[in-house]
Amino acid sequence: MDNIAGHKSGLSWVTNISVVVLVVLWLIPTVGLFVSSFRERDQISVSGWWQAPFSVELTYRTRGDGEVRPVDGGYVMEGNIFDTGEVRSSFEGGASTVSAFGDRGVAPAEYPAGTVAEIGDGETLQVNADGTYIYTSVEEPGNRGPRVYFEAETPPQFTLDNYRNVLTADGMDRAFINTLTVTIPATVIPILIAAFAAYALAWMDFPGRGLLIALVVGLLVVPLQLALVPMLNLHQRLGIGQSFLGIWLAHTGFGLPLAVYLLRNYMVGLPRDIIESAKVDGATDFQLFVKIILPLSFPALAAFAIFQFLWTWNDLLVAKVFLPSDDASKVMTVKIADDLLGSRGGDWGILATAAFVSIAVPLVVFFTMQRFLVRGLLAGSVK
Amino acid sequence: MADLKLTEVAKSYGSVDVLKHINLDIARGELIVFVGPSGCGKSTLLRMIAGLEKITGGELQIDGRVVNNVPPAQRGIAMVFQSYALYPHMTVRDNMAFALKIAKKSKDEIEAAISKAARILQLEPYLDRLPKALSGGQRQRVAIGRSIVRDPKVYLFDEPLSNLDAALRVATRIEIAQLKEAMPDSTMIYVTHDQVEAMTLASRIVVLAGGGISQVGTPLDLYERPENEFVAQFIGSPAMNLLPGRITGTGRQTAIAMSNGGTALSDYPSTDADMGAEVKVGVRPEDFRAADEGGAHIFAGRVDITEALGEVTLLYFETGESTDTEKGDAAVIAKLGGTHSNLRGHEVRLTAEPGKVHVFRDGKSLLYRDGKLTAPEAIPAE
Amino acid sequence: MAPRAGFVSLKGFYMPVIVQGLLTIVIGVGGCIGYFYLSNLLLDKVIFPAKGENAGRNINRANQIRPWLFLFPAIFALGLYLVYPVVGSFWRSLYGRSPSDWVGFDNYVQLAASNEFQQAFFNNLLWVIVVPAMATFLGLLVAQLTDKLSWGNIAKSLIFMPMAISFVGASLIWKFVYANDADIGLINAIRASLGFGNPIDVMQIPFWNNFFLMVILIWIQTGFAMVILSAALRGIPEETIEAAILDGANPWQLFFRIKVPQIMGTIVVVWTTITILVLKVFDIVYTMTGGNFGTEILPSYMMDFMFRDDGRATAVAFIIMIVVLPVMIWNIVQARKEMR
Repeated sequence: MDNIAGHKSGLSWVTNISVVVLVVLWLIPTVGLFVSSFRERDQISVSGWWQAPFSVELTYRTRGDGEVRPVDGGYVMEGNIFDTGEVRSSFEGGASTVSAFGDRGVAPAEYPAGTVAEIGDGETLQVNADGTYIYTSVEEPGNRGPRVYFEAETPPQFTLDNYRNVLTADGMDRAFINTLTVTIPATVIPILIAAFAAYALAWMDFPGRGLLIALVVGLLVVPLQLALVPMLNLHQRLGIGQSFLGIWLAHTGFGLPLAVYLLRNYMVGLPRDIIESAKVDGATDFQLFVKIILPLSFPALAAFAIFQFLWTWNDLLVAKVFLPSDDASKVMTVKIADDLLGSRGGDWGILATAAFVSIAVPLVVFFTMQRFLVRGLLAGSVK
Repeated sequence: MADLKLTEVAKSYGSVDVLKHINLDIARGELIVFVGPSGCGKSTLLRMIAGLEKITGGELQIDGRVVNNVPPAQRGIAMVFQSYALYPHMTVRDNMAFALKIAKKSKDEIEAAISKAARILQLEPYLDRLPKALSGGQRQRVAIGRSIVRDPKVYLFDEPLSNLDAALRVATRIEIAQLKEAMPDSTMIYVTHDQVEAMTLASRIVVLAGGGISQVGTPLDLYERPENEFVAQFIGSPAMNLLPGRITGTGRQTAIAMSNGGTALSDYPSTDADMGAEVKVGVRPEDFRAADEGGAHIFAGRVDITEALGEVTLLYFETGESTDTEKGDAAVIAKLGGTHSNLRGHEVRLTAEPGKVHVFRDGKSLLYRDGKLTAPEAIPAE
Repeated sequence: MAPRAGFVSLKGFYMPVIVQGLLTIVIGVGGCIGYFYLSNLLLDKVIFPAKGENAGRNINRANQIRPWLFLFPAIFALGLYLVYPVVGSFWRSLYGRSPSDWVGFDNYVQLAASNEFQQAFFNNLLWVIVVPAMATFLGLLVAQLTDKLSWGNIAKSLIFMPMAISFVGASLIWKFVYANDADIGLINAIRASLGFGNPIDVMQIPFWNNFFLMVILIWIQTGFAMVILSAALRGIPEETIEAAILDGANPWQLFFRIKVPQIMGTIVVVWTTITILVLKVFDIVYTMTGGNFGTEILPSYMMDFMFRDDGRATAVAFIIMIVVLPVMIWNIVQARKEMR
């Protein structure tokens, strides 16, 4: 359109801006999750992820732990509030500014920074904006210093703690490996079975071929739900029960219609000349398939492999039904949906991290193999 | 029914110049054909006139109005595309009506225009069919019909016949010629790479090469008085032979000593400044004849291959060291009337009438100086 | 739990599963290849050897049987996992909670009378209308807008990205938009910045919460629609568009009268594909609301009965099947048309 004479460039600005808006709208939720997964639990609950790069006002609780010096009429403790043991780790990134302080949990910001507060029993407490504090007492304080609450600007902090927690303490490591265990055989096996069937449906002549193709097309849309109860019952009767073997078989069965359909559509498009010349050269159907058809069908095989991989990796339904519900065999989706959302519904940092761990592999696959995925989608849909 | 004027028109994509210095006047009622090898920019030029490509330099006028920035639909042009570009989801009738509907013409007007066009193009039985139910030739006629109903000032044709098979191509070519005759006032611009189409249809031909206009003229102008070596070799089949030589005599006629031993005399005029210059002597294969016994020859050589076509025989000569192999036009070809298959392997000496001998110095014809014929009276007689 | 404990137990307990997985791959793949290779060998060398006096006839016979060798595993798996369940589910739905308790169509009757089922059915209807329409519309919009854009491929890739994310992951992602807390949920943050004091839980707004759930699926499926429609737009012959420009069509007319009609077939395919998907997806409702607050749809409603009342669960599944049936038939008819 840009080349058309008299074409107003205003329209292309509108296009550019609307696409930017759409892309931003589409990305915001994922970015939120990603950012949140690197934030501390405390920070998540006091400020939105969109404020993550900025400082937040947080309330801290600590105890004075400086040297106590006797002076005229009492004792003095001096030091820097940011250096006290209970909060030191929060300020490793640099000092901050105290805006207010207090000595009681119910009123943690009772006094503005810099004031000398009478906190009873002849004790005074002063916390300055730069964090230095002076505590005086008439009587000798016990071996524990005074309780101090303060509000401070806290620099943005990013941490890998969530990942450490999720990957070790929350059983996501097991779930990750379980997901992998489900996914790989459930991706590889249907490809082989489907490739032979697709070849037969594409290039071999036999009665009932059209009917079989129609059947495959019809089965493409059969709702999975239908298979859950009868197949689980059958698995139980056969002694497979709820197990990895069961879910591999189930995924194989459910993935086959798309696999056969996609591969057949692709193979039918291969040049007839190649196949016929191989036959003239004396190749048997089996050799022809293994040596000629399979290598030539690589793009379609890759496309389906990506589909099936994403589908099995992301599946919740089949895993819930065909895998046992004990901790040892939960896959990530089940883990997140049933465990984390249920028991730790409020721990947003863990949730975000778990979600991100579960989508990281599909995202990598997606961005590296997008070409094949798009090709597969097109082969499967546009006709 | 308009005239067009192109002044210094240019097209560049970034720093790449596709076309430059295009100057051309097209008069009302002409049928102009753009020809040239692929990649010469002929389609681009047509699309610039249509408004489908922006003009990056110079000026385009239609009927005296500068239209550089006028949207395509308001230029009063209609275009027939190579692939016909019929709207596949519309019937023939709707295809033709589309532009008129967009222009909010009344129903009666639309119906009148369609039935007129359908009558001219014999499309009446097919008006309610979809394009996919039509043959190639019928589709082509619908595409032309779609132009006619808009009653444009200028018709643009972009290689309209190249998707048709050979027989249909000839028939449709004749139909277009008849259509032009039926509409003598309409201006048509026609792009093709086929020189037969160009020679048969054009009132004037524009030869494009290397991003510029190589020569403009009537079909016979280009054939008989090519302005440069490119046009000389592009028009005519087989292509004109170009043989190196050196000018030994100047004046109203020019004498040339050929590098491989012969001599040539041409009716092309030359000046004293040309004396001794390295030139190319151009002779069309059909203009060669056997030299008289003992007479001068322009070229002599051994016949390598003969191709007997019945009415004529093509002789391909073995090429000596001296011929210019760089341009890939090494083989010298002669076209002699009758059957001469027995000449294979024989030494043949060839000559041509001075009126049929073209002389090019630095690639330019001696007939032209600064793009003008030097001595109109010196134009070789037909 | 000590951080390292998980790791140890992983080695101690999980290796066998991985080994089992690898073994299955090897056995599965090896078994498949072995099956195809040996069965072909058997056919060609033993049953119908291509030599001796009947060589020609044997080759023909072998070639008649071979397709079925190639097809057998696929037909077996398809039959077992997809064809048998249609019958099996229907049969099971005629029994009550216990597989021996014949109830006829009671399950269906009770479902029809149940408010929850009606709610789920109505909601599902909303989903089927709204999600495919919006996803297709947005997909077409993005496809058209990015068509001539220099950075269009990057934009498309980013909008396509949610396709790779699981429905569970997507739901979690959207929790960060919908959360009932102005410091976590974007919607409430925007409300707060506009001056609305108290945060609201959009998942609990009756009726409209359904639409908030649909947004998640639309967010995922727009990329799918966009990729396919974008290819279809690219497939439109450029010259028809130029012809329309010459005919005076403005961008609006160009899009609706020239481009959209030419890709109508693809639009229908995209629409039906997403419709089918909508009838299968239970993850989003399950993760976001668990079907509470009037957001139940048929697939999630079925999961309520799964493991508790198989009769009722299969009845719901069979109803989903009946809803899908017209699309299935249409698909088959289209496929047969193409093959001719």
